[in-house]
Amino acid sequence: MAEERNPMAKTLGESLRQSGVSRRGFLKFCSATASMMALPPTMVSAVAESLEKAKRPSVIWLSFQECTGCTESLTRSHSPTVENLIFDYVSLDYHHTLQVASGSAAEAAREAAMHDNEGKYLVVVDGSIPLGNPGFSTIAGISNLQMLEETVAGAAAVVAVGSCAAFGGLPHAKPNPTGAVSVSEIVKDKPVVNVSGCPPIPTVITGVLAHFLTFGSLPELDSLGRPMVFFGKSIHDRCYRRPFYDKGLFAETFDDEGARKGWCLFRLGCKGPMTYNACATTKWNQGASWPVESGHGCLGCSEPDFWDTGGFYNALSIPDSDVIRNAAYVVGAGVALGAAAGALNRRKQSKAASKHETVTIDDLDKKS
Amino acid sequence: MSTSVDFLLWVRGPGFDIALVVFLIGIVIRLLEVLILGRKPDFAEPRGAELGAGLRTLVTRTLPEQGSFRRSPFTVVGGYIWHIGFFISLFLFIPHIELINATIGLSWPGIASNLVDAVAAVTIVTLVAMLFSRMSHPVKRYLSGPEDYLTWLVTILPMITGYLAYHRMIDPYPLALGLHILSVEILMVVFPFTKLMHAFTFFIARWYNGAMAGRRGVQS
Repeated sequence: MAEERNPMAKTLGESLRQSGVSRRGFLKFCSATASMMALPPTMVSAVAESLEKAKRPSVIWLSFQECTGCTESLTRSHSPTVENLIFDYVSLDYHHTLQVASGSAAEAAREAAMHDNEGKYLVVVDGSIPLGNPGFSTIAGISNLQMLEETVAGAAAVVAVGSCAAFGGLPHAKPNPTGAVSVSEIVKDKPVVNVSGCPPIPTVITGVLAHFLTFGSLPELDSLGRPMVFFGKSIHDRCYRRPFYDKGLFAETFDDEGARKGWCLFRLGCKGPMTYNACATTKWNQGASWPVESGHGCLGCSEPDFWDTGGFYNALSIPDSDVIRNAAYVVGAGVALGAAAGALNRRKQSKAASKHETVTIDDLDKKS
Repeated sequence: MSTSVDFLLWVRGPGFDIALVVFLIGIVIRLLEVLILGRKPDFAEPRGAELGAGLRTLVTRTLPEQGSFRRSPFTVVGGYIWHIGFFISLFLFIPHIELINATIGLSWPGIASNLVDAVAAVTIVTLVAMLFSRMSHPVKRYLSGPEDYLTWLVTILPMITGYLAYHRMIDPYPLALGLHILSVEILMVVFPFTKLMHAFTFFIARWYNGAMAGRRGVQS
């Protein structure tokens, strides 16, 4: 039990062996992780060696304005695989949903972890932080903002899991009644990784943690603070339905012939072209399927403000307004204005004609 | 907070509405002005029919005239290449057809995206070459005013932003798409008040050239 109180003492290799994970299973996981992070095969042994020796880092998981979907994604979808084991073997010292302790005992666990691992622990956040009124979301009487600032102060890095923590997510949707903001809008002095998605792909969460364990640093990030290895390509560029898009074959409704033949879902509002995520390659539920494969367009859930992009079933570039109605009004107005302008011009013309003085030969003779 | 998505929502919402109003009202006013003004009644007895000759010049004046082709082949060929390339990019790119179908309900078959991509690249290069020729050729340069450079700019911008958006060379994507739509809106706003109106008035001019000659019984 002494080990339980001091999670940093045991290496990951020891922990895995103790719970019966074979060397073969461990290496399989390492090569899967390495290929997922787009590392060359020669790096597999390095990954294995680092992970073997890695101490279980303390992880504090803070849940703010969220729906627990991110935790559900992480814990359930891949529960029998070794990914889950690696997660078990980081020392998860504080997590509302998963910890047994409650009330002041839970808060004491968080404070103890922060104190014991000063400067080394990882903070994982799911949910956005309300700035409108601290009372909108509190834990043990502590406002979300206060808890985040307090906990992050001694952390090595912060992982914002889910679109709420990464970009504000659903609570941030217009009109944003709670004044919700993302983690990166508050945490400026620590490295923040955004693992966006609603929820994020579980292997992407574990992949980021594995990278941290292997290299002791955070992976390369894109302009939105997301790991490039998972968010570097758009859904559209990796979509198996892409050839239908290029050929112009689209499903018109969810049950027409095109839908049955698996044609492109662009007309049904698929946000694949604007969405960067690994769904098309990593897939969900142990690679069983993913939204587009199951027949529904991508919602763009890993992008900022995906909730406010003008409707899940409207294509991205299509104007919102009733163009035909507007055009009819506008052409009507144009005809009226054009006719008025034409009438004015004609008046000018006839005025000029009436003022035109004709000159005869006799007139010219007289003048000369 | 103003994000790239807010920007995209603006350009495809209020921005598009404004551009559509200016574009359509402008075109209708200018066309009606031309048509209502009319011409002086011609009391001479017609020596031939207007219809056939008018229709004929609609076609013949669209084809390059031999003399001008010999004198300035680059202007003629370049002009054809970029006009055709522009039309292919505008009307045969599948997402554009989708947009037109979703807004006014008309649809037609498109061509493969990578083919349009190649055409767009050729069009952009040709447009740049045309500008270079305009600026370096002493006569063309003398004949060019600010409006010529403005119309060149608003024409090439949608091509460039479209190319950048297609290849995702601007990050994030909603910004790339928003810039592309905005550039088209600028083109729509500028269109009725510049020589870009030729896209509508060239029918009238070419028809009139032939019809007038046909009525007088002379060759056009």
